[in-house]
Amino acid sequence: MKKIISLFSALILTFALTLSSANADKSGVVKIPTHNWSSQLVGAEVVGELLKMVGEKVEYINMDSQAVYQAMADGDIDLVHEIWEGAFGASYDKAKAGGGIEEILTHDAVTREDWWYPDHVEKLCPGLPDWKALDKCSDKFARADSGGKGVFIGGPVDWLKHDAEKVEALGMNFMVKNAGSADAIWAELDAGVAQGKAVVVFNWSPNFIGAKYPGKFVEFPKHDPACTTDPAWGINKTALYDCGNPASGYLKLAVNADFKNNHPNGYKLLKQMNFSGPDIDKMANYKDTDGLEVSAAAQKWLNDHKSKWEPWVASSK
Amino acid sequence: MNKIKTILRGKFFFIFGPFIFLWLLRYIIPNYTISSKTPHWAYIPPKSCLGGCGSIDGLIPFVDWTNALIQFLRKYEIFGLFTFRDFTRGIASYVDKFLDFTEAVLHKGFPGYDVGPLPWIFILTLTIILGFYLRGWRLALLGGACFSYLILFSKRGIWELSMKSLAAISVSAPLAALIGLCLGILAVKRKRFANFLWPMLNILQSLPHFSYLILVVIFVGIGTKAGVIATVIFAFPPMARLTILGLQNISQEIKEAGVMAGCTKWQMLFKVEIPAARSPIMLGVNQVIMQCLAMIVIAAFIGQPGLGHDLLIRLQGLRLGEAFEIGVAVVLIAITLDRYSQALALKEPERREGNFVKRNPYLCATFFAIIICSILVFLFPFFNEYPKELTVSASVYLDNAIKSFTRSLFVPLGIFRDWMLIYFLMPLKAVFQSMPWTGVILFVGAIGWKLGKMRLALTVMLFVFFIASSGYWVRAMITVYMVFASLIICALIGIPLGIWASKKESRTKIVLNICDIFQTFPSFIYLLPAIMLFQISDVSAIFAIVIYSSIPMVRYTVFGLRNVPQQIIEASITSGCTDRQLLWKVKMPLAFPEIILGANQTLMFALFMVMIAGFIGTVDLSQEIFRALSFSDGGKGLIIGLCVAFIGLTADRLLVEWSSQMKSKLGFKV
Repeated sequence: MKKIISLFSALILTFALTLSSANADKSGVVKIPTHNWSSQLVGAEVVGELLKMVGEKVEYINMDSQAVYQAMADGDIDLVHEIWEGAFGASYDKAKAGGGIEEILTHDAVTREDWWYPDHVEKLCPGLPDWKALDKCSDKFARADSGGKGVFIGGPVDWLKHDAEKVEALGMNFMVKNAGSADAIWAELDAGVAQGKAVVVFNWSPNFIGAKYPGKFVEFPKHDPACTTDPAWGINKTALYDCGNPASGYLKLAVNADFKNNHPNGYKLLKQMNFSGPDIDKMANYKDTDGLEVSAAAQKWLNDHKSKWEPWVASSK
Repeated sequence: MNKIKTILRGKFFFIFGPFIFLWLLRYIIPNYTISSKTPHWAYIPPKSCLGGCGSIDGLIPFVDWTNALIQFLRKYEIFGLFTFRDFTRGIASYVDKFLDFTEAVLHKGFPGYDVGPLPWIFILTLTIILGFYLRGWRLALLGGACFSYLILFSKRGIWELSMKSLAAISVSAPLAALIGLCLGILAVKRKRFANFLWPMLNILQSLPHFSYLILVVIFVGIGTKAGVIATVIFAFPPMARLTILGLQNISQEIKEAGVMAGCTKWQMLFKVEIPAARSPIMLGVNQVIMQCLAMIVIAAFIGQPGLGHDLLIRLQGLRLGEAFEIGVAVVLIAITLDRYSQALALKEPERREGNFVKRNPYLCATFFAIIICSILVFLFPFFNEYPKELTVSASVYLDNAIKSFTRSLFVPLGIFRDWMLIYFLMPLKAVFQSMPWTGVILFVGAIGWKLGKMRLALTVMLFVFFIASSGYWVRAMITVYMVFASLIICALIGIPLGIWASKKESRTKIVLNICDIFQTFPSFIYLLPAIMLFQISDVSAIFAIVIYSSIPMVRYTVFGLRNVPQQIIEASITSGCTDRQLLWKVKMPLAFPEIILGANQTLMFALFMVMIAGFIGTVDLSQEIFRALSFSDGGKGLIIGLCVAFIGLTADRLLVEWSSQMKSKLGFKV
């Protein structure tokens, strides 16, 4: 037994000694996360290529789009270049409050996330995009298992949307069905369009799906910061969330707090970076509408927008 | 008095017991409804989550305890030197060293030495030679065809993706096999360790992947190495099991021969026992490889690149055709590796006479092939990198085929979906949701007791109590309902199909091959067509579950029916049984214990798939596990995972005991 203990402690000691060297191996590489939507995938590659031009080494790591913020604070990930206010604001703020994250900039692109329907629904339900008109034809959105209420297909529960509260606050005859993933929303939408049925789903812009299936956002009472904090605001005097989501949410870029010291060139580059709405749209469209592979789409964006990024790179070398 | 006893012993009581209990409770507590905000404690455990389960205590705060433990392991420094997390991350960095090597060989190359990755022609040729060596030209043809597909259909990079996946597997599979082997040997040699290991293996094998993925992210991080470690956790249990089984079943004569030859303890192990248990151990290796392939897609969730990762991305863009092509690649690799490792398990050592070349024909062929390939690669770039212009892709046609197929079925299946929901699923769900937890505990306890074991009864009652006290009872019952509904449908499909397949040798072969294909086809691909056909509803989730988990039902039915002893069949025929009588009066009763085991396996598969069906959007435990995954809530993920595992283990314990009792009654050796 004694032998085993001494052997074990020797093992732990050698291990502890090698630990520092083993972990230091990859710190020179900028780790960029890739998620599961097109504009982000292409954008990540664009950011990566630009970082390579200023002499950084780059590695792409696929990971969950909510978990990424904690990972960035821990240093497992170096930067996130598409932080959507509506979808990730909560996770981002939580991780940022814990320290370890530096916010770099807000892109020009504005984002919108809300209830959305494909164009053919307008014929089935006249009066759209007003939410009252939608509520009036809720029976067209009803299903066998919804008990006579209209069905709204929401995003996964972990996107932390307040759709159920919104339905209740506005007194709508709807129920929220949370899809398990973004894929599930698109599959529903695809089937709804193919059958010409009434569907209303959670969607956001800029997004590739708008190019595939044209449609519009439902117009709820305009968003106001007071709507989510003060019950007295809006139509329903006793409830929060009696309004739409912000029609112009932010899109931010943030890095790990050590990034500035570890990658000075990259830091200079990121400080100047800025994507506009059309940039994000194009990145998604190159991949989804033109069918290019991620790296080819990124290359195409780089080739087409030289005037935009060349000054960023030139001043960061 | 006697009458009451017979009633209590009767089947009737045990099947309808909980319903009677429920009915009685309704009279005792009349104000109960499922939707009431504070349901009575006898129905739903106090402090359970009813609607959203954002943060929930549960009757016993297991989640908080686990999170406190995780926090401790993250922060506390052993000897003031490093934390447990540093320790696990350190181990992972060693895994990374191996990965660096396999990745360099298969897809990255050695940029420092200006050497590229292994050209495709090498991999193709070596696979074919290995196939010849292991079994013959048929196997070689299979391996060649598989890799040719990967090369030919590489328009969107399937070859590179496959190499990435293979690079990860070639680290995770040996590691899992080694760990399983060591644990198995230790368990055979030390009884006390075996008592600890068995329940651990049981839980590990029924724990949903997503629950330990969170822990892997916390303690290891993300990327390929994290994927490899998650894969190892998933893949080693069958290896340990089969090692234990193999070592225990070595005949006494062999061991005695070893003792007589004067073996030391280590010689005994390496020269006698392991070689004697070669077949089960190699079967274990085969199982490990298959499990590793099954993890390809799951590991992509924590950042492992390769086929799984791209599969998920293509599904995201609704590009079903491309996803299907990748799925086919996964199936082909799985079947090839499966057949190769099986051939390796069955291969007897052979001895050849003659000179060096005659003694080692395959070694020489390999040597020769390497030289030829090197020359080819040197002379023609074609053999180094297969030109993209010559690749093909059927994804556009496949995409259209899948979409037009689902579209043509919209109307009839819409009617079917509504009918299923209104007349089958919604009533069934209501029954399960209104089952009081106290009644369920008594029910499983009663079955355990009826099967004659107090210990069994207590174990399963404890399992159910854990679920009830964790705070996720309502969600767990929805999971149970989905699994139960799927089980019924699987039985309705699987048993008749099994009966049909067992009638002729040729049918059996075809059906079992189809089972193989379905089992290895990445199940994520079914999810989207399921939604297109059945919308986001329980029907689409159950449809996806049924496709995947009917397989064991078919397999075990075929196995049970074909293993009915020949003399019994002959005896029945001579006593004048018609075909129908032979099937229903003789074969089916004798195959019944095996069919029960099939149902048990189906249940396990269904529990696995129910978690994946969470991507469709079901409101059960899977939804909470995804939420936990998104917010890196390790404690919650683990506790919900244990709830799922205990659902499986409760059913497993009872069904296996029932089956083995029936087998011994029917006179089979157990």
